[in-house]
Amino acid sequence: MIIQKPAVAGTLESSDALVSIEPGDGKIELTLTSSVMNQYGRQIRETVLETLDRLSVTDAKVSVVDKGALDCTLKARVECAVFRSCDASEKDIPWGGVIR
Amino acid sequence: MKNYVGRDIPDYLLVNGKEVYQGKNYMDGKLIKKASPCTRRYEKPQESKIVETLADALKLCGAKSGMTFSFHHHLRDGDFVVNMVMKAAIEELGLEDLTIAATSLGAAHDPVAEYIAEGKVVGIQTSGIRGKIGEVVSKGLLKTPAIVRSHGGRPRAIEAGEVHIDIAFIAAPTSDCVGNCRGIGGKSNCGSMGYAMMDAKYADHVVVVTDCLVDFPNMPASIEAIDVDAVVCVDSIGNPKKIASAAARISQNPRDLMMAENVAKVIASTPYFKDGFSFQTGVGGPSLAANLFLEKYMDERGIKMGWAIGGICGPMVEMLKKGKVGKVIDVQDFDLDAVNSINQTPNHFEMSASQYANPANKGAFVNKLDFVVLAALEIDTGFNVNVLTGSDGVLRGAPGGHPDTAAGSKCCVIVTPLIRGRMATVCEHVVTVTTPGDCVDVLVTDYGIAVNPLRPDLIECLDNAGIPHVSIESLKEKAYGLVGRPDDLQWEDKVVAILEARDGTILDVVKKIKPYTLD
Amino acid sequence: MIPRPKPERFRLRRTMMFMNAQKPGLIKDAYIYGCDSIMLDLEDAVAENQKDAARFSLYHALKTIDYGDTEVIVRINGLDTPHWQEDIRVCVAGGADGIRIAKCESAQDVKTVDAAVTEAEKEFGVEVGRTLLMAALESPKGIMNAYEICAASDRMFGVAISGGDFRKCMQTKPQPDGVDMLVARGQMLIAARAAGVQCFDTVFTNLDDMAGYEAELRQNKAMGFDGKSLINPKQIRLVHELFAPTEKEILQAEKIVRAYREQSAAGVGVFTVDGKMIDIAFIPGAERTLKLARACGLWEGDLV
Repeated sequence: MIIQKPAVAGTLESSDALVSIEPGDGKIELTLTSSVMNQYGRQIRETVLETLDRLSVTDAKVSVVDKGALDCTLKARVECAVFRSCDASEKDIPWGGVIR
Repeated sequence: MKNYVGRDIPDYLLVNGKEVYQGKNYMDGKLIKKASPCTRRYEKPQESKIVETLADALKLCGAKSGMTFSFHHHLRDGDFVVNMVMKAAIEELGLEDLTIAATSLGAAHDPVAEYIAEGKVVGIQTSGIRGKIGEVVSKGLLKTPAIVRSHGGRPRAIEAGEVHIDIAFIAAPTSDCVGNCRGIGGKSNCGSMGYAMMDAKYADHVVVVTDCLVDFPNMPASIEAIDVDAVVCVDSIGNPKKIASAAARISQNPRDLMMAENVAKVIASTPYFKDGFSFQTGVGGPSLAANLFLEKYMDERGIKMGWAIGGICGPMVEMLKKGKVGKVIDVQDFDLDAVNSINQTPNHFEMSASQYANPANKGAFVNKLDFVVLAALEIDTGFNVNVLTGSDGVLRGAPGGHPDTAAGSKCCVIVTPLIRGRMATVCEHVVTVTTPGDCVDVLVTDYGIAVNPLRPDLIECLDNAGIPHVSIESLKEKAYGLVGRPDDLQWEDKVVAILEARDGTILDVVKKIKPYTLD
Repeated sequence: MIPRPKPERFRLRRTMMFMNAQKPGLIKDAYIYGCDSIMLDLEDAVAENQKDAARFSLYHALKTIDYGDTEVIVRINGLDTPHWQEDIRVCVAGGADGIRIAKCESAQDVKTVDAAVTEAEKEFGVEVGRTLLMAALESPKGIMNAYEICAASDRMFGVAISGGDFRKCMQTKPQPDGVDMLVARGQMLIAARAAGVQCFDTVFTNLDDMAGYEAELRQNKAMGFDGKSLINPKQIRLVHELFAPTEKEILQAEKIVRAYREQSAAGVGVFTVDGKMIDIAFIPGAERTLKLARACGLWEGDLV
């Protein structure tokens, strides 16, 4: 998917993450902060990058402020931000397709 | 050298008779020679010991660089005294190489972090370490490793002469002109002054710092004038709002309540739950809520609690007033209900830290304790508990009386949610062992109960009562199933803190954490 | 991925607890409190501009979290909103056990949802008919049409009344004796029983008024409700306690079922238990009592 405009999903509540995305400079640029960085930073990054890859997002600036979200929440937030940036988050989501 | 709980203790720390932890009660029966302070005689009649300023008091006590100053933490997060004294010593008198031996340190003491970074404070001995002090110590900025002891371990170390207090500073809500102190009657009340009592008896010099002078004699005194060299009256010793909360309320969080109910069920299934039983609980959500459910079982069986100890707050005072508990003996007060009750409500008494929890005296209260309910930041499959270091390896907690009550009690129940955010509370290896697993008996989580295999008798109790329980390994797997397996923390070699077991052996060390990078 | 077993149309549903589908900390393990069903809410609990985000959260929660024996129902947005079709798609794709139709007023509403569910089941390769439905009656019109609603689809397992909106329409407020909704509750119960589906009462919102809550539950049980909607886990236990059969009821039910099995094997249709005439008509009730007793941890037999 092509990131068309800046979009945000999630919150800064405990167990959640705030994901912001905007058009990039030809590659994925990820900034990540997390309340559990030392133990889960690597896994959070992998989850975010895998999710972007699954959505065929190859060009974006992505910022994740993680407050101890589980993987399923991280995925949901990244996906929602990407679909919002394409104005495609409201209907006909490919559940079970690229969303899985 | 590996100790009893599998922690590798660097050999260079095992000098001057220091040993590694070898299981609970290892030191039982050993003889000790108590250290004694070197104190000044005041034979001549003296009108008053009041001096104008802290600097004057420091000079009177012969303060010099390299000394150890002690403090208590009864003013909790509202304390002004540690910062005031250190400022006077370092900025007015120009002292250096100072060691702070406090009963606990918290966010109120953030300014001290600066003195550590500047190298003016070179040693920290405490039962709790939080806020900026925890951060700078974790960064390795303190010249010597911080020494963390339990509330019982500290008086033991003082008696053994391992901590020698040059000057004890005693923040006192009220004092008279010669230093009889009480925790009530002033504007910054804290109730019990139990943690300060050992310091007054074993320090070479004692300075009382108060913001409320009262007529002589201030009785019954928690700290006696016979131990006091000087009294300083300051504008304010602390922020009352942060000293004692208005009233500790029992949690309404459904998760806490569910766990608390299971704690009470476990307790009621044991043979120790009979008329006259003794009890201590923490003030955390589920620990405190256990009171509520325990009362139901007590009513059902028509039994009463004989006595309760601990840090005390309103709900326990309430039970005392209702006649559900015979006596409350109190080393610290957490809310105004408790502050206003100690030494006022019949059968609500004060005790010293040594009476409470010292393993090296002739029998502290914890030794007669039936049940204790405690929280944990982490607990591993060996039932070892961490209440000191966060998931990032930074010092931000307090063993307090945790290891003492766990070791002394017949049944120690740890209550904690299985995960907090993405942190697995039940894990393979805790970051730091602060209470050894051989002192912990039952774990209650929101996902199930586990009993330490060292206690087949308790397993039988739960089985007989039809209380389901699982292995702690299965709880750990459940936790990791939810949050994923954490990566191991990366440490440097430098030891920044030494965790002493309550008996004085070394339980664990905390090393400097490596700065985290993703790549 | 957690494959969930095929939902049972008729099962124990004493307690249905609402949970905001948008709150990760809540939905990750709502099952630990032991309610029979959880109700993940896409409707009122989720702000209008977060409906999309809530669906992504819901999808991954359904696919990742092992809810065990706890039934998972999703409350979708009303048919007068732009959200309900996508809500249905995500529920079916995620494998929710059932869908609660908000503000249901007619059999046509149920049929509309039924058709959309069937379409979604085909789209996502889910067995057609797997996803169950229940309807929330929130208006006088919904109550008036209760029977046709209950009977509108084979997917329907029950109806619930939603007190907040209904009382507003009726220009009344909660009354200690329940008179404000007595007729509505009664009419809905009759309709549900006539159509052979279950019937659930509305939430009790004053968490501090435990005496009022208990009084309402006792009335619910006396009226014949199957269960209650809840807003807080601390409400669960009292429902389970009050809805549990008594020891006497359990013994009686056990005797009836046992005697019936013996007698019918011997070809006898009508017989007596403790001096009371019993025939096949008593059996479903007795079996329900035993199943309920087992769920409440009061009975361990294997008759049912």
